[in-house]
Amino acid sequence: MHQTTYHRASSISEAVKMLKEAEDGKFVAGGQTLIPTMKQRLAAPSDLIDLRHIGELKGIEVAGNTVKIGAGTTHAEVARDAALAKACPALCHLAAHIGDPHVRHMGTLGGSIANNDPAADYPAAVLALAATVHTNKREIAADDFFVDLFETALEDDEIVTAISFAVPEKAGYAKFPNPASRYALTGVFVAKHADGVRAAVTGAGENGVFRAEAIEKALVGAFEASALDGTTVPADGLMSDIHASAEYRANLIVVMAKRAVQAANGG
Amino acid sequence: MAEISMTVNGRKVTGTVEDRTLLVHFLRENLGLTGTHVGCDTSQCGACVVHLDGKAVKSCTMLAAQASGSEVTTIEGLAQGAELHPVQAAFREHHGLQCGFCTPGMIMAAVDMINRHPEGLDEKTVRAELEGNLCRCTGYHNIVKAVLAAAEAMGGKAVKAA
Amino acid sequence: MGIEGIGARVARKEDKRFITGLGRYVDDMVVPGMKHAVFVRSPHAHAAIKGIDATAAKAMPGVIDVLTGPELKADGIGNLICGWMIHSKDGSPMKMGAWSPLAVDRVRYVGEAVAIVVAETRNQARDAAEAVEVSYEEMPAVTDAARALDAGAPQLHPEAEGNLIYDWEIGEAAAVDEALAKAAHVTRLKLVNNRLVPNAMEPRAALGHYDMAEDHFTLWTTSQNPHVARLVMSAFYNVAPENKLRVIAPDVGGGFGSKIYIYPEEIVCLWASKRTGVPVKWTADRTESFMCDAHGRDHHTEVALGFDADNRMVALKVDTIANFGAYMSLFSSAVPTYLYATLLSGQYVIPKIHCNVRAVYTNTAPVDAYRGAGRPEATYVLERTVETAARELGISPAELRRRNFIREFPYQTPVIMNYDAGDYEASLDAAMRAADYDGFPARREEAKKRGKLRGIGMSCYIEACGIAPSQAVGSLGAGVGLWESAEVRVNAAGTIEVLTGSHSHGQGHETTFAQVVASRFGVPLDQVSIVHGDTDKVQMGMGTYGSRSGAVGASAIVKALDKVEAKAKKIAAHLLEADEGDIVIENGEAKVAGTDKSLPWAQVALAAYTAHNLPEGMEPGLKETSFYDPTNFTFPAGCYIAEVEVDPETGHTDIVQFVAADDFGNIINPLIVEGQVHGGLAQGIGQALLEGCHYDPASGQLVTASYMDYTMPRAGDLPSFKVSTTNTPCPGNPLGVKGCGEAGAIGSPPAIINAITDAIGTNALDMPATPQKVWAAMK
Repeated sequence: MHQTTYHRASSISEAVKMLKEAEDGKFVAGGQTLIPTMKQRLAAPSDLIDLRHIGELKGIEVAGNTVKIGAGTTHAEVARDAALAKACPALCHLAAHIGDPHVRHMGTLGGSIANNDPAADYPAAVLALAATVHTNKREIAADDFFVDLFETALEDDEIVTAISFAVPEKAGYAKFPNPASRYALTGVFVAKHADGVRAAVTGAGENGVFRAEAIEKALVGAFEASALDGTTVPADGLMSDIHASAEYRANLIVVMAKRAVQAANGG
Repeated sequence: MAEISMTVNGRKVTGTVEDRTLLVHFLRENLGLTGTHVGCDTSQCGACVVHLDGKAVKSCTMLAAQASGSEVTTIEGLAQGAELHPVQAAFREHHGLQCGFCTPGMIMAAVDMINRHPEGLDEKTVRAELEGNLCRCTGYHNIVKAVLAAAEAMGGKAVKAA
Repeated sequence: MGIEGIGARVARKEDKRFITGLGRYVDDMVVPGMKHAVFVRSPHAHAAIKGIDATAAKAMPGVIDVLTGPELKADGIGNLICGWMIHSKDGSPMKMGAWSPLAVDRVRYVGEAVAIVVAETRNQARDAAEAVEVSYEEMPAVTDAARALDAGAPQLHPEAEGNLIYDWEIGEAAAVDEALAKAAHVTRLKLVNNRLVPNAMEPRAALGHYDMAEDHFTLWTTSQNPHVARLVMSAFYNVAPENKLRVIAPDVGGGFGSKIYIYPEEIVCLWASKRTGVPVKWTADRTESFMCDAHGRDHHTEVALGFDADNRMVALKVDTIANFGAYMSLFSSAVPTYLYATLLSGQYVIPKIHCNVRAVYTNTAPVDAYRGAGRPEATYVLERTVETAARELGISPAELRRRNFIREFPYQTPVIMNYDAGDYEASLDAAMRAADYDGFPARREEAKKRGKLRGIGMSCYIEACGIAPSQAVGSLGAGVGLWESAEVRVNAAGTIEVLTGSHSHGQGHETTFAQVVASRFGVPLDQVSIVHGDTDKVQMGMGTYGSRSGAVGASAIVKALDKVEAKAKKIAAHLLEADEGDIVIENGEAKVAGTDKSLPWAQVALAAYTAHNLPEGMEPGLKETSFYDPTNFTFPAGCYIAEVEVDPETGHTDIVQFVAADDFGNIINPLIVEGQVHGGLAQGIGQALLEGCHYDPASGQLVTASYMDYTMPRAGDLPSFKVSTTNTPCPGNPLGVKGCGEAGAIGSPPAIINAITDAIGTNALDMPATPQKVWAAMK
């Protein structure tokens, strides 16, 4: 790791101030991606501003039909939240399968979506749930938030504070993990909303998370796995690497979508 | 340089380290607690697992400065004097270790796992929960056995078949 | 015998320190004044070095020195060598290219060490390593062994024209061709044995300390054989003469072969310590382990197995290309020859066998012995072929094997090996029973209803452990003897220390060896200590690899115990005024048989050291040494049966059952033997399903350079194993033991692939059978 200077913020405003004073600063939440990246010398921020001790970023709130999750909430906390398990169990399931137990104790929702790793799980949920991303400056619709690989609509000094979404009628997530890294080789989050179906795919797209139109269209009529029989998605625009060709990923998208729908329908 | 202080295995410790110092290196090099190991650079092997404020974390994926103010328990702090922790005892009894290198992280992960599952554990859950810990010697067979036995010894129910 | 002796399921003595975090591995070592090293490594697979400028790096904070290849050469440090001479079939010796511990004018694989930076802290050394400017002129690279033999392929070493190290054969080609031509049926396959990265969980490390006052070196290193390291470093690398070099291999976190070899880093750390005047410690990070530890396997093979009209094997022809990487590692040459081709008879009567092996340089990390070493490759060739033949012949795989089993021992194969004992039908039967083989069709039907493809596959392996005897291996080209030493020291108060040349890096010698001693005298296990891993404490030894510690290392202990017992009996007879022949030593006492006269063991020991009343002419003391050279290999064998379910939608394979029935001869500690089998199985299943080292063929970059891309077996990938043993004691050693360390890794890969190909109905599938590959094979 290159030299860096560590700062611990106790409030969002203090964090922003620290970042502005830094030459090339970066926010760190759980650090489960950033610290390994820095260890490999692939990132070398001059300053690290630690958001982990900011109370206002934490917590899960289920009020009526709306769920709001603080950006600093860890994957383990999301996985185990009783109220969320009633409102949107698919999200608990997703969080329970990110990384491993130790990573889940540190990693946060905000850190995950702000990093927008193309194989991360949360972006698929945020997109399929049509969530709103709350920052210290504004509210951003999920459709506008994820821009490209490791790129979001966030400005440098903008901090994700929470996400919120309307409780879907049904939702499910199925992931086929990369055998080595256990990131999503292909993960599909499907959500049935009052106004339609959204299906978001992570791990597969060359430009990161995306909505799978063919899947959504097929599920509009009947939100059943069998509705996807015969559905195909094009391999164009999908990643190809030693673990999975674009064609294999295209196959996995349909298979994982089916399994996500099955899960949404109660297994 | 960062001035850090934390409680490690019940003892208050302080130190001045480069900000970039990882928690695992602070434990190993500054405190001489070499039971916590480093087996990879990508946060996957789990040889470095310690408990931070009661939860299992990877000490190679955290700056020492991030842990300042926290309570840390390492493998050296698990036994009560001469009395082994039930997980330690189970690893020995069931031959859940060979070269011993992954063992401290495995044991710390197992303790955390058992704590999080007071309802008991089955084989499938134990295997899934070991996602973040690699062992090259045992094929995991006896580690799984040891964790199930320890869970039972600690009062949880161990269900044999998944 | 007893609750602690041979055969007892004793929990390990060494565990206490490991489970409490008190193990002492090389990276845990601290010596006063110690500094930290980081290596500058080649980012290119093949390049000429045009110059190295370390000026900026040397000026960086904390940097003590930056040292390069030319300086190392100037100090007379020698090139790394391969210690087993193989001759090509035309009689010419193998072609060994020069391998300098630090590259001088050319680099031949990604990660090759070019310079060492020594600094106050590891971070500072790393910072400075990035500032060392090496000017490279890139050259075309080749990573695939078959491609490296092509005309016009990039050439690695001037010594090896066409990248060919040797073209070796065993058996008579013409006779085999003739038999195949006449065969009623010939099964032919093309197989790839995938390259693996050993991945001991403890990365390699070295701490070199030159003591100027004594003109003496100490090296703490992650080694499976510290004495061999000392020998090689003094005799060939000119680091220091043996009497000025102490090598210590303390607790070592797994080896699997990868820590047999003496690597550049150990040599350079020792040399750098003398150059800089400070102790120098280097610890690999995992990416360095991936790039620089000796890899395993990497064969391309064509095989033909002929049968007569009664489905009896008549001839086997094997043609193998073995990828050696960029340099010849210490034992590399022996692996695809005497550890591979000599095992191709398997458990079967095959009257004629021919095997040709071409060893080839490529721009990849050196390849050497990895758990099983040659024997997994042989077993994979034979057992995939036999299973495929059974399918082609329409006969059950078990029946085809039964029909061809060797049933009389000793059995001389056509490929050197002389099997001393075995009962292959017994392990086949045991495995089939444990697997409920007959119930499989019903299970397949049930799985089908769940939308899963269920398959079953078997593998009957043979291995050869405890490579020996020294005279024979010497005649085949080995540069060392393959005996083992032991010294048994009975202390004056009766406690016992055993100094062994074997090395434990997970095998549990501190327990099993102590059980052997406890059995002999009936002393408690905790009164026996095993000392190993330090050239200053232990006489010369050959270390631990090739499942040799039981068959060779423990046998040496037995031989030393024989001498101790003989002397102790003389002393006891003298003190008890009895005939020496009437003395028995058991349960911690020396007794006169048939009487109530006895002496506690401790008193016999004390008498040996007080020497107040010894038999006339006897020297005081009770300490004996033995160097044991076996008369033959040992031949463990067994039958493995895998049952899998394939998800037809994703190609994912679930191992639903894995049965292992092994014949290891007599067993010292079943708990430890089972653990060895479990671990071997995980590595073999890892090879079959998960692990594959991948170099980009165009750039020669290592794609699988971390756990992000190289799939290590995790707990969730594996089932609990059903293991059992049968027993035909080895007639060739005093304990009747055979060795169990590698069996799991040898026997399991073909069982898994046979099961998957059974499930999906095609024979065309290479390891690792990743979901993507299985999915593609089904299409």
